Amino acid sequence: MVRTMLDVADLGHTYQAKDGAHDAIDGLTFTVEAGELVCVVGPSGCGKSTLLRSISGLIRPTRGTVSLHGTPVDGVPADLAVVFQDYSRSLFPWLTVQRNVEFPLRELSKAERTARAGEALAAVGLENAGRKYPWQLSGGMQQRVAIARALAYRPALLLMDEPFASVDAQTRFELEDLLLRVRREQDTTVLLVTHDIDESVYLGDRVLVLSKSPARVVAALDVGLGEKRDQITTRSSDEFVELRAKVAGLLQSAPTAETVH
Amino acid sequence: MGFLLGKPSTVSGTRRVPASLVGLAGLFLIWEVASQTGLVPELYLRPPSEVLPAMVGLLGDEKFLRALLATVLATVIALLIAILIAVPGGLVLGSIPLVRRACMTVVEFLRPIPSVALIPLALLITGTGPDTKIALAVYGALWPILFNTMYALDELDPLHVETARAFGTGRVAVLTRIALPSAAPFVLTGVRLSFTIALAVVVSTELFAGGTKGLGQFIMEANSGGAHMDQVLAGTVIAGLVGYAANAGLERLNAKLFAWNAPRGEAS
Ligand SMILES: Nc1ncnc2c1ncn2[C@@H]1O[C@H](COP(=O)(O)OP(=O)(O)O)[C@@H](O)[C@H]1O
Ligand SMILES: [Mg+2]
Repeated sequence: MVRTMLDVADLGHTYQAKDGAHDAIDGLTFTVEAGELVCVVGPSGCGKSTLLRSISGLIRPTRGTVSLHGTPVDGVPADLAVVFQDYSRSLFPWLTVQRNVEFPLRELSKAERTARAGEALAAVGLENAGRKYPWQLSGGMQQRVAIARALAYRPALLLMDEPFASVDAQTRFELEDLLLRVRREQDTTVLLVTHDIDESVYLGDRVLVLSKSPARVVAALDVGLGEKRDQITTRSSDEFVELRAKVAGLLQSAPTAETVH
Repeated sequence: MGFLLGKPSTVSGTRRVPASLVGLAGLFLIWEVASQTGLVPELYLRPPSEVLPAMVGLLGDEKFLRALLATVLATVIALLIAILIAVPGGLVLGSIPLVRRACMTVVEFLRPIPSVALIPLALLITGTGPDTKIALAVYGALWPILFNTMYALDELDPLHVETARAFGTGRVAVLTRIALPSAAPFVLTGVRLSFTIALAVVVSTELFAGGTKGLGQFIMEANSGGAHMDQVLAGTVIAGLVGYAANAGLERLNAKLFAWNAPRGEAS
């Protein structure tokens, strides 16, 4: 078994726009081990989505390589799932919740699809919502459906792009704990990007801190908070407070694009 | 370029029925009064009190019913053919910019040509059989469906596409599993507009071409000599009712099939 799930080496992407070229990310190098939950934290617009789009094969990065369990990524890899921030636009409104979750399972038989989707919906606490349409659910529930859809696909790597940035604080805490539970139960490897420092420390086994655009990795911090985390006790623990201060400091002092060049 | 021909209707038909009936009754009342008082030439515009019984009579007349059936059938066939051409055509034009650029000049040239203007030419080439009126109706009905499908693809949410692609959905599957369902309400609106056009073209062709069986021919024959104006008007009203019923039916279908589109429509 390959220990390293994701290997990103010297990754860079330059957008070609009408008003000139724009370096979104540059020289990004890091790995994600199997079973790990790695959080990438960086300021808005620093290139986090660009990074995930490069890894998921949605765009072809201009420089560097991405390998998923040893295989170089060229096009969209088969065993990868993405959860986007904007659940209301990433769920398909014309499909029921059940059909949304079944969407990526086209290769399976009907019975298997139904069973898998049912399991995934149960895992996110929505076993009774299958026949509803996404717009009949609250924002937090819609994002649960998007998570269930990703889980049903049983991806080798789960990419999450600011998945909890559009829900209220209470729901965010619930969804964070839900993520921690299902990744433990299903042993999923997760790469999650966020601009929320606290969230990155609370969720991550490791936190990668990015600089301002073009994003580079300024630091990789191990989070020694253990497996069991709790919104109240963990967040008030010394270790947590210390780490979040460290990440905040790194983000503040991170070299900007101007000082790099 | 994001405009659409008509908004997909989301209002269910039931609540509007009483109001529309009042409107219709009002129209008949004005017509009756205008005709009775001689405001319009009474000889030609017979009052509803005569036309309505004539309508009932026609609905029991086999010759008329055959004509009506021929017209409706031709309209429906034309509409189906137009859908089969315009939906795939719209999907291709809407999703491949190169093809779109190459075809739009031709499309923009052909579209303004009224199909009714092509009737004499078509009659010369293909004769007075039903294929002529069907072909002309297809031509007229193509455009709303083609354009609505095409513009609906412009409105396609890129995040839907990215989500599907991230789950390994290929280009063609994105077209059928994402683009088509999300364009469907707009396509149906196009179909609704096209039905009216197809019906008008079919009836017009029948009016022109004596040999083509149908509502148009029936009206034309009843009109000759001016002796059966009540029947002419009754036939005309029935043609209107067919169009109205089809429109209402398709609106209901839209509300039923595309309930998911309602909240999205309200939000925008
Ligand atoms: N398709 C694009 N074309 C041109 N520039 C883009 C495109 N997408 C993103 N950018 C630019 O690249 C930078 C990084 O964007 P993004 O990866 O979305 O950042 P983040 O997700 O961290 O907020 C931003 O300055 C943004 O304006
Ligand atoms: Mg982003």
